[in-house]
Amino acid sequence: MEMERNKPAALIIGAGISGIQAALDIADAGYQVHLVEREPSVGGHMAQLDKTFPTLDCSSCILTPKMVDVGNHPNIDLMTYSEVVSVERAGEAFRVRVCKKPRYVDIDTCTGCGSCAEACRMKGRVVSRFDEGIAKRSAIYVPFPQAVPLKYTVDPTACLYLTLGKCGKTFLCKDACPAGAIDFEQQEEFVDLEVGAIIVATGYDLIDPRTKPEFGYGVYPRVMTGLEFERLSSASGPTRGEIAIDGKKPKEVVFIQCVGSRDPHTGVPYCSRFCCMYTAKHAHLVRDKVPDANITIFYMDVRAFGKGYEEFYDRVKHERVVYRRGEPSEIYRQGDKLVVLAEDTLLGEPIEVEADLVVLATAVVPRADAQETGALLGLEHSPDGFFQGAHKFRPLDTPMEGVFLAGCCEGPKDIPDTVAQGKAAAASALRVLAQQERE
Amino acid sequence: MKTGPMTEQLELFGCIQCGKCTGGCPVARKTVLNIRSMIYHMLVEPELDVSAHEELWDCTCCFNCVERCPKDVRPAELIIELRGQLVESGRIPETIGTALMGVFRQGNPTGMAREDRTAWVNDGNPDSRIEIKAAQEGCELLYFVCCTAAYDLRVQPVARALARAFQAAGLDFGTLGTEESCCGSGVRRLGEKGLFEMLVEENGEMFRSVGASRLVTTSPHCFNTFKNEYGLDGIEVLHYTQLIAELIEQGRLNLSNEVNKKVTYHDPCFLGKQNHVFDEPRAILKAIPGVELVEMDRNRERSLCCEGGGGRMWAEGTNLEERLAFQRVQEAAETGAEILAVACPFCLLTLEDAVKVQGLDEADQDGRTLQVMDIMELVNLALVD
Repeated sequence: MEMERNKPAALIIGAGISGIQAALDIADAGYQVHLVEREPSVGGHMAQLDKTFPTLDCSSCILTPKMVDVGNHPNIDLMTYSEVVSVERAGEAFRVRVCKKPRYVDIDTCTGCGSCAEACRMKGRVVSRFDEGIAKRSAIYVPFPQAVPLKYTVDPTACLYLTLGKCGKTFLCKDACPAGAIDFEQQEEFVDLEVGAIIVATGYDLIDPRTKPEFGYGVYPRVMTGLEFERLSSASGPTRGEIAIDGKKPKEVVFIQCVGSRDPHTGVPYCSRFCCMYTAKHAHLVRDKVPDANITIFYMDVRAFGKGYEEFYDRVKHERVVYRRGEPSEIYRQGDKLVVLAEDTLLGEPIEVEADLVVLATAVVPRADAQETGALLGLEHSPDGFFQGAHKFRPLDTPMEGVFLAGCCEGPKDIPDTVAQGKAAAASALRVLAQQERE
Repeated sequence: MKTGPMTEQLELFGCIQCGKCTGGCPVARKTVLNIRSMIYHMLVEPELDVSAHEELWDCTCCFNCVERCPKDVRPAELIIELRGQLVESGRIPETIGTALMGVFRQGNPTGMAREDRTAWVNDGNPDSRIEIKAAQEGCELLYFVCCTAAYDLRVQPVARALARAFQAAGLDFGTLGTEESCCGSGVRRLGEKGLFEMLVEENGEMFRSVGASRLVTTSPHCFNTFKNEYGLDGIEVLHYTQLIAELIEQGRLNLSNEVNKKVTYHDPCFLGKQNHVFDEPRAILKAIPGVELVEMDRNRERSLCCEGGGGRMWAEGTNLEERLAFQRVQEAAETGAEILAVACPFCLLTLEDAVKVQGLDEADQDGRTLQVMDIMELVNLALVD
């Protein structure tokens, strides 16, 4: 990475789609970018999705090239499995310390062949967070096959050696690795950077559906979240895209919107904004893969506000998807079926709808560590807990000059809006970097 | 009745008509009660003819609607207010009038004599009569027996078991004896606001004069109203399951007799979903040697109401035939349990009736029977003094 000495660089925290887009725009403009991602791979939530609404593009197909670009770009210093631990103002610039967590795999020699994961004693026993718990992996893993970088990581919470101090008589992963890349002596490493601008693109979490115990999530395996459904439906997911529960295609599929959203009790008084549309997309995917399924979507209001969204909602309805107005109150089991209790408020009658798959559109919430991230960077939070932009006309600026927001860390938004914000944050950062360069 | 003032008072404008209240209302499935639609009527119509809504008496005040409403509308409180209108104008079912009169005259809804309120201490055997201190003499723990536990022959053993356990644990406890009066939980929920306020004042004064730091109740209904509606600052209100679980935890109760039974537990609405006491009753059951605890599908927050709350012990409602308790005891039987354990006098009565009506107390083809017992009756079997 040959950079002119006085040319300022940018730091981007989070390599989901907004961070990736911002990084590419800044790097293409000729400035260096340090892109820090705490997971072993870039991609964020978008990498988990099957299709994207309203165009039904394959999510990985449009995202993967961008992921590869950030991995290869001469102006991007990609730091995965790393976290920003301190930020200090130094004049107009920032001094930033990044902790590179030990992967226990040498990133330069690992070829990504996967022999280690094949050999691991924990193979098939560790819950895959990337697959939202519907699949199991080894203790040494890449989160998904298109990961960037395609380098293995040892999960310190699951590896027998790292948790119990011993893994049989010999390290099976080490024995299996043809490159000799596995190194249990690896330690945390700290890297100090000086940057002229920072973009915060740390994304979102989803509410734990157990906060709505009436829906029986965690009790009934056939009640799942929207993100679990994405993994179930994804061609690169554990079922290779076959929508099947215990090997059987569900015939009665119920979607429930606003699970936790618009509900001050759960701490989510706001609308999560993209659930109406992804639920419509989910219904389309079920219709596509299980043509004879009965599909019911329970909704309170349908918010199809984006470009092409109302048209997509219309299209899905024509695909024999029944929208019933009413927020279900409870799910229970009757024989081998689930029963969803609701009032159809348009009929004005309590109803019971049988289901063999229920998908909950769970509320979008700030990252669990948003407070810490905010404190690290001097950010403000709006009452909803997300980061607050400075002003209506400077929506991505923060109280800290030179620090900008992008994507869902500022509030729930869909992919087009997230990408737009990534680009806008890049433009804001470039203005600061160009000024610093001139001085 | 004009709808405006009540709509303002109860802040019904926040309702988004999502239907979560009626969707989860256990009685809406069997009667015409539709609280969501009633709220809408309140919002858009200037008048409501309350007397045309006999189904208002169907509500059990299980508070599913209140617990699940995303917008804090508290639908059941509208029902209570509307019942208040009916009470004020005297248009109430006869049985409810009798219950309210009983509370007013004798301090209990059965109307039985106040002097007989302490009859529960006597199980008919003069040797086993329990001596109980008068709380008026001062005590650390005030035990509030409850009208149902005091007078109902089926529930009296629960109170005796509690007194025995308190004695075994060496607690300094007393009761108000014949001076104990109804807590008023049902009275408030039947819409008799004035009588309820009188009870709050008189009972509250009495509780404070005793000087006890803790108040424990047999019934989740008394517990709920004392805890949430009385404003008893400085007195810790407990349901007995909380206290017994604490005594077990502290090793102050010797539960050594084996009770080799498969038991399922029914969460009472006023204890579980309304006050989130889910774990203590289960902890007690698990502490009884020999008990195998199995869960019904609908448990904890999803427990099905037995239909005994909200004054429904004194009002049949508009659909007698399909009792929720019938459905509930079938769910209990499906678990293969021999005992359906409860922690509420009303649940004990409604579910035991249902077991009898459904013939579940008679051996099935596998020789299995289902019996309804209060948790304290099981503790009593296990307790060694």
